[in-house]
Amino acid sequence: MKRFAKLIQQLELSNKTNDKIEALVHYFNFTDDKDKVWVIALFTGKKPRRPVKAALLRQWVKELTQLPDWLFTESYHNVGDLSETIALLLPPAEQLSDHPLHQWIESLHELEGKDDEQKKQFILHAWNSLEPQERFIFNKLISGNFRIGVSNKMLVNALAKQSNTDSSQIMHSIMGKWDPYQITFQELIQGVHVNTDNSWPYPFCLAYALDTEPEKLGAPDEWQAEWKWDGIRGQIVKRAGELFIWSRGEELVTEQFPELWFLQDMLPDGTVLDGEILAAKNRQVLPFSVLQQRLNRKKISKKQLEEAPIGFFVYDLLEYQGQDYRSQPLSERRKKAEELLSALDDDSPVNLSPIISCSSWGELAALRETSRSVNSEGVMLKKRDSLYHSGRKRGDWWKWKINPYTVDTVMIYAQKGSGRRANFFTDYTFAVRDGENLITIAKAYSGLTDQEIREVNTFVTKNSLEKFGPVRTVRPELVFEIAFEGIAASKRHKAGIALRFPRILRWRKDKNVSEINTLTDLQQLLQSTLEQPGDETN
Amino acid sequence: MALVTFTKKGIYCRQGDFYIDPWLPVDYAVITHGHGDHVRFGNKHYLCHTLTGPIIRQRISTDLQVETQDYGKTVTRNGVKISFFPAGHIIGSAQVRLEYQGEIWVISGDYKTEYDGISTPFEPVRCHAFVSESTFGLPVYKWQKQDVIFNQVKSWIADNRQRDKTSVLIAYSLGKAQRLIKNLAGDMPIYVHNSIANLNEALEQAGVHLPETIRITADTRKEELKSGIVIVPSAMRNSRWLKNLSGPVTGICSGWMQVRAHRRWQSADAGFALSDHADWPGLLEAIKATGAEKIYVTHGFTATFSRFLNENGFDAKEVITRYGDDEAEIKLDTPEKTTNQELTN
Ligand SMILES: [Zn+2]
Ligand SMILES: [Zn+2]
Repeated sequence: MKRFAKLIQQLELSNKTNDKIEALVHYFNFTDDKDKVWVIALFTGKKPRRPVKAALLRQWVKELTQLPDWLFTESYHNVGDLSETIALLLPPAEQLSDHPLHQWIESLHELEGKDDEQKKQFILHAWNSLEPQERFIFNKLISGNFRIGVSNKMLVNALAKQSNTDSSQIMHSIMGKWDPYQITFQELIQGVHVNTDNSWPYPFCLAYALDTEPEKLGAPDEWQAEWKWDGIRGQIVKRAGELFIWSRGEELVTEQFPELWFLQDMLPDGTVLDGEILAAKNRQVLPFSVLQQRLNRKKISKKQLEEAPIGFFVYDLLEYQGQDYRSQPLSERRKKAEELLSALDDDSPVNLSPIISCSSWGELAALRETSRSVNSEGVMLKKRDSLYHSGRKRGDWWKWKINPYTVDTVMIYAQKGSGRRANFFTDYTFAVRDGENLITIAKAYSGLTDQEIREVNTFVTKNSLEKFGPVRTVRPELVFEIAFEGIAASKRHKAGIALRFPRILRWRKDKNVSEINTLTDLQQLLQSTLEQPGDETN
Repeated sequence: MALVTFTKKGIYCRQGDFYIDPWLPVDYAVITHGHGDHVRFGNKHYLCHTLTGPIIRQRISTDLQVETQDYGKTVTRNGVKISFFPAGHIIGSAQVRLEYQGEIWVISGDYKTEYDGISTPFEPVRCHAFVSESTFGLPVYKWQKQDVIFNQVKSWIADNRQRDKTSVLIAYSLGKAQRLIKNLAGDMPIYVHNSIANLNEALEQAGVHLPETIRITADTRKEELKSGIVIVPSAMRNSRWLKNLSGPVTGICSGWMQVRAHRRWQSADAGFALSDHADWPGLLEAIKATGAEKIYVTHGFTATFSRFLNENGFDAKEVITRYGDDEAEIKLDTPEKTTNQELTN
């Protein structure tokens, strides 16, 4: 585990992709095959089941250190991570030992079903044999939460380099279904499991945000423009008579969308479509808030099917007649997709995402301004001759989003951040006016410069009205413009409204609290997004 | 009337009519050590340790009225005996012991309990009231032995060298820089920024022996720096000069580097938890050793630390001061220059 601990340290410290890949390659060169499999599993989010509850760990640390509960909490607040807090608080280890990573994972796995006393013995013994950094890793293995800033692509590139294997083959392989307890490293690299598994999707091709004028991209006729939809990016896979629906999060969501099951009969074997799962009726896209009613549900009621119908807007064709089609140019893929879907009825929930036809960038820019009226968040630009890349690649695909919604609010609560920012009030709650009162509308942090954070900090310190634990109620004076991507009705929020991705756009020092927006303003905005597209013209 | 009170200008001894580390100008200032938040410009008279004298002359102005004395020696003002005891924080750092009619107070300034190889080691002093810092007064701050940390630094440097990179350590010019120089000196030449070289010269003139270092000048070649160790203050951290070195990799040495979130926030290439302040066990051990009945907790985790002391049989009080955080090597990235000292107050 020492080697793995060192790897994690290197990955955390370097902010350059090449350094990270170098560290990974070095690690894969010198480590046990069994450990490699687990590292791939952990980095791609395959969590071992949590064998011990966090509350128990916390309790045992307090017993060992004799620290009062409040001090544990303050320490946690400063560190910002439970596994790390525990690792730092424990007394120094008395007898160090070095077991490989997979052995620790297997030992933890064996704890399942044991009673708390047995678990405690094992964990305490482990803590007493590990150095601080290893303890941190060990605690992370228990919590299963391994987000360390290594993207799948980075990992795949390192594996490809280390094993001299084609990177797309490895990406297929690790995205497929496999069990780290069963598979060997060689099998995983060769992709033995995906050759027999029909469900595997392709890595999604992603776009960068357009950061220049579109004119710089060249002639408009070299580009295909589409609406940028705000739904769930997905892939539909039909192989050997079976249908699989994958979400961008690499999750199988086939069961959630019965509207799409008809594709099992309709699509020929060896077909993979890329597209967007959206709430839609008669090929008109509904707001994201409607789609939300359908997400993460095991069972879907008839009412939900009626009130929140979904559709699949096809962007691309990745596999055709059993052939990987990704190295064909976009124009060719689009043509084949059109052929394939030509048999669909006009009211089918599945359709090709329409191409926006335009003859100049100026015309497209004007159309883009109307994005909201079709519940789109802007325009996608795809080079007509582009291949379907794995992941993000600059130059071929761009997203050209419209500006977010904004609302002027006043800060009413402030809370201290964690880590190095534990000394500063960095997390804020904002309100709009509701008659005589102020009503909470969003929480947001970041978006301010450090200089502004300092100023806000001083204000909060001087203008605290009440104190609830780490939260301060502050005099409602500072006005902030909040940007957000969407708005939805919400029973969980007192205002009855929830904003999507709220963030601080700027501090409006030029405005005072009498000038902020009202709840009515937001209710009207919500109403206007719920009206069917096209209603406006009536 | 207590011998020492806490006033708007600083820690005050009425009987002797002098201040300890005042933050506003006073007539007579007793200084614990040379860090900018403890010694400020504008006092009429300074009393400090023999080695702090040249430091403040170098850092503030040569035109100061400075009186110095060694550890263990005594100056008496209006019946109050003032003496210095090693604080182990940086070269010349002193705890100030005050005695009047049998009542003894000790003001710690900044201190650490581990010997760093260059500052006179910390010495606990028995007293009735102890004024302690609390920069790292949280139990997650427990330092590893400095040998362990220096081995990490050395292997990092060796690794950088193998990868053909230039190792740059970011360190406070006064204290941390000399500690690094002393403990890293050996096979590789050490190149230092002007501000560090100037301080080193002042210290050497005062009789401190430091390993040889090379002052970085406009003529220093990049290739040359690659084969050595570069030490610069945090102000240089985002400088064009640093970015233009040949494959620069930066390492920060500070107690805050103990915690991952802090390390990541700094966007340096490496962080080493090397501190010139006492860790949690160090603070507790030092306080116990004074035998003091009253503890006054200044700059740092004041609320947390005093609450813990009170729950564990001490009579502790939180004191608001304007001392800063000399371990916050790296300031927040701001367009203008503002120090963290203003932030933590
Ligand atoms: Zn200091
Ligand atoms: Zn200090």
